[in-house]
This record gives sequence, structure tokens and C-alpha cells, in this order.
Amino acid sequence: MPLSKQDKIDIYREMVLMRKFEEKALEMYEAGKIGGFLHLYIGQEAVASGFMWAIEPQDYVIGAYREHGQAIARCADPRRVMAELFGKIDGVSRGRGGSMHLFDKEKRFLGGTAIVGGGLPIAAGVGFAIRYREENAICLCFFGDGAVNEGAFHESLNLASLWNLPILFICENNKYGMGTAVERASPLPNLFRRAQCYAMEVESVDGMDVLAVCDMAERCVKRVREEKRPIFVEAVTYRFRGHSIADPGRYRTKEEIEEWRKRDPIEQFGKVLVSEGTLSKDEIAAIAAETDRIIEEAVAFAEASPLPPPESLHEGVYA
Amino acid sequence: MYRQALNQALREEMRRDESVFVIGEDVAQYEGAYRVTEGLWKEFGDRRVRDTPISEEVIVGVGVGAAMLGLRPVVELMTINFSLLAIDQIVNHAAKIRYMSGGQFTIPMVTRMPEGSGMQLGAQHSQHLESWFAHVPGLKVVGPATPYDAKGLLKSAIRDDNPVVFIENQLLYTSKGEVPEEEYLVPIGRADIKREGSDITIIAYLRMVSLAIKAAENLAKEGISVEVLDLRTLRPMDVPTIINSVKKTHRVVVVEEDWPFFGIGAQVVDFIQLYAFDYLDAPILRVTSEDVPMPYSRELELSALPDEHKIISAVKRLLGHV
Repeated sequence: MPLSKQDKIDIYREMVLMRKFEEKALEMYEAGKIGGFLHLYIGQEAVASGFMWAIEPQDYVIGAYREHGQAIARCADPRRVMAELFGKIDGVSRGRGGSMHLFDKEKRFLGGTAIVGGGLPIAAGVGFAIRYREENAICLCFFGDGAVNEGAFHESLNLASLWNLPILFICENNKYGMGTAVERASPLPNLFRRAQCYAMEVESVDGMDVLAVCDMAERCVKRVREEKRPIFVEAVTYRFRGHSIADPGRYRTKEEIEEWRKRDPIEQFGKVLVSEGTLSKDEIAAIAAETDRIIEEAVAFAEASPLPPPESLHEGVYA
Repeated sequence: MYRQALNQALREEMRRDESVFVIGEDVAQYEGAYRVTEGLWKEFGDRRVRDTPISEEVIVGVGVGAAMLGLRPVVELMTINFSLLAIDQIVNHAAKIRYMSGGQFTIPMVTRMPEGSGMQLGAQHSQHLESWFAHVPGLKVVGPATPYDAKGLLKSAIRDDNPVVFIENQLLYTSKGEVPEEEYLVPIGRADIKREGSDITIIAYLRMVSLAIKAAENLAKEGISVEVLDLRTLRPMDVPTIINSVKKTHRVVVVEEDWPFFGIGAQVVDFIQLYAFDYLDAPILRVTSEDVPMPYSRELELSALPDEHKIISAVKRLLGHV
């Protein structure tokens, strides 16, 4: 089904929101409001937006540690994501998780894992449970290019295919596992080929083109749901910022980053929307202003939220 | 028998609760490497008794993911040695997801894993790694010594809403003991006085409990009254029962089959010095396996393990009967 005008506007607004959220998170990090690691999603927005658009409320989502984008798309409440980064009680994980461990049970967002490849075995369990209970759901499992060299990746793909588990594996190939280029980590530069040996359907999509991602996502989600078989999609994308805030960035050139910035998924999509008449330039500017306001509210919400009380330290270790 | 008691616990809980399922290597058609899952596949079928490839990490991952959705997985790892291939899922995920998610998700999962030594299986098949798991907040660690406790504790573990590492001992599978017909549970977190005594307390768990009881029987012939305390649960540890026994006997030997460095006994000793220092009449001794990888050769292996003689020597040393 082609995207409606409203779909396109919603997706564009969401991508802008993700971008502005991350830019603000960086600012807040530098201001000392956010601690620990901060892995920004800037440049990869089309991937989370496109796939999240294609799923239903009953579906499950597992992210890795660069998951602010997925969390915002799924949970639709940047205030509580920002509060989590601030370590506040109103954060999605009550301040106990942080940037890498965002969870939202109600929205079936299962985290947030900071161990490369660690989400894939859990996705297999989610797929198993879906079939066990005969739910009409699927599991979206996001991970990076680094995960494909972990043992957990291979164990999970093998089992998912063997047991016909309804999982859409989404490999966000942003070209670098921290500072190591994919070609220095994998003899096969096309990572989807890794999945082929598990008798699994594979796809590849331009992760900088949100319309291509939406189209791919819609087809894959439908097939996984109907056929109850896993599909593996490699979304080729690029992070404009470092691996984390601490990244000195010596492993790639400014020219390379500039080349990719020319393909900025938000700018590209914005141009398409203007040229086809879906949005005017004024409306684009209005969306920017509106999302700025939402992000300012998120910061205000995070600032105002209380810290978890010290006496709650031991709460929640055990049920 | 211990193995049948475990089998009964699984069968009863699977009949009682549709959300309980069993997964692991050769648990279904083969009926379990140690036959603990005998007959379950015939009764419950592929859906609830599921053979897997040899892929420990994803086996436990299936448990974690299914538990997040509210099922109650009973994961079997063929031995504790192979749990090292799955430790990321157990330690980084199962143990932490509840806390990291601010209490939104619970992991009601049991991971069963037998351990054992003394069977000439060599260094990679003869480890006692319970302290690895007992170290980790978010996990519970259970280790029954008798068929009665095996059944009652496994049923409790399956009903528990937390990830429970359930450790069995391969040499105990054929051990005999009373198991009632009627429904019962043994609570997690409670130690058990397996034999009452007044001169000294031996604290043990898993296979070491039966060695301690034999030692106590022989020492009784020499007029020494030994209390045998079975920890049963390693985490959370039943500190009050330990302290009460120390207050009564004033002397303690801890017997454990793991290595001495950072072993379970080291934690027991810490609790005793913290809460019962003034009641001690002697230092606490630990009888452990030797601090070596397990050798294959029969005599060497036996010399590396705790035995009745080593326990009796430790008791006599503490009582000044050297």
C-alpha cells in the first residue's frame, strides 16, 4: 500500500524529532546533565522510522545500545526517554537503565541491550513465545554490523530459521563497529550474505532513503507475519557522529563523512516532500519549530523529574 | 531417586501450568542426557518439550525472551561447564533485565545444570562453578542434596518469578530417598539441619551433604556430636539458620566441592565472622577441592576432591583431637 500524505508527514516529523532529540542529548551531555555513554542515532533515522511505521501495536521490538531512535518511534514519548538519559525517576526505565537500556513494557519495547549481539538470542525467545501462544505478532530485532561476527548472531539465525520463528532481523550496517570498518571485520562486505547460509530470506535496502525503507519494511513485515518465517534485512546507513561521545574519529576521513552527509535522510526526504507538493517550505519550517518545542518540553520534563530516592537502591533486583 | 524426583517436579508443574515448557539439548526424543526429562516429550510433545541444536547461548536466550513475554521456561544445560557458553545471557541479561527496566519485566526462568566430579571426565567436565552465579545480584542459586529437596526446590524454582540457576549433581542422580506422593514445596532461601549435633557444625551443600553425614556418623562412634547443615540455596543464603547453629556448637567446618579461592565457603565464613564472631571457639576450616584443574588419572582425581577422611581430619583438628 502506498504511503498516504499523512503517513509521509508523520514519518518526516518523527525523523526530525529523532534528530533534534539527539542533538539536544549531545548538548545536555556536554552540559553534564547526562552521564555514561551516549551513542547517537544521527544519520540513521530512516531505518528506525521506516520499520516502526510498518508494524502494529501487538508486535515486539528489541534494540541494541544505539536505540534512542527506536525508543522514540515506538514509545512516542521523548520526555520519558530524555528523563531516562537524565537518570530520573520518570524515565522509561525509572532511571535504572540509562541510554543503553530503554524499556517500555506497555509498548512491547524490550530494550536496550549493551552487549553486541545480545538481543538476538532474546529475539529467538520472543519468536518462540509468539508461536507458543499463537499470537498474531512478529518481533523486530535491530542490531549493528558489529553483531554479525558474534557467536550469538549465528546461533540465533540458525534457530530462528530452523524453528520458523516470526522475526524480522534488521542489521543496521553503518559501516563501522566502533572504529573498525566492516571490510576489516568481515570477508563478506554484504552482510546479508551471512544470513543466507541459514536458509533465510534476505534483503538489502538503502537505509538513507526512508521511502525505500518503508516499502521494504511493509513487504517484510507482511511476509514474516503471514509465513511465520524470519527475514533478514541489511539496511545500509551511516552515523554522522562518532561511535559514542568519546570517539576521536581517527578511523575515517572528513571527506567520507561529508559524502554521506550529502545523503542526509531527513534533508533528502524533505526535498522529496516539497518537490511533490506534500509539504511547503513553510510547513517544513513549522515542523522544525514544533519539534524544537517538543524537545524543549522533554528537557523541562527531565529537569523537573525527581532523582530516584537513594533508599530505592535495592528495589527491583528481585521480583 | 533424585533424578525421578526432578522428573516428577517437571511433570507436575507442566501439568499444573500451561506456561511451563522445557528446552535444551536432547531433552525430548533422547529423554535427557541424564534422563531427567524422561517421558516428558511423549506426554507433552514438541511444543512444550523442545530439542535444540548445540547452541547454549541461544538456548538460554530463548528462555530469557520467552520469560519476558510471561512464559515459564525450564532450560536444561547439559552440564554447568557448558553454561560458560551461555553466561552472557544468564549474567548480562537474565540477571539484569528486571532491574535495568525499572521493574517492568521479570524473568521467571529456571536454568538447570548438573555438575559433578570424580568420574574421570577431565578438567573441562568436572567443574563446580556455583560461585560464579552466586556472585551475581538478580540470580537465585539452588543446589539440592536429596531427592526430597530436589523435587520441592525445583517446583519452587519453576514458580519463582526470578531467574533461578538450579544446580544438580551427576553423582546424586541415582541417590535414593523418601519423596512423598502428595504435593509439597521446599522454599528457596531456607537451609536445613540434616542432622542435629552439639559439638561442631558442618556446613555443606549438594553432594558434600551426604559425605558430611557419613563423617558425622563415624565421628559419633568416637563421641563427637556433629550437626550437619545443608545450605540448599546458595543465593539468597539462609544466614539465620547458619548463625543459630554456630551459636549452639561454636565450631564450624565448611565442606564444598568447588575450588577454595572465592568459593561458596568464603561467603559462609564472612557471614559467620560478621554475625557470630563472639560465639566462635576456633577458626573456621574449609574442606574444598584442591586448587587445580581436574586431572584425569583416577588416583590424582580422588586426591583433588573432598572426602570423608579430609572432613574428619578437619573436625578433629578444630576439636583439638589431632
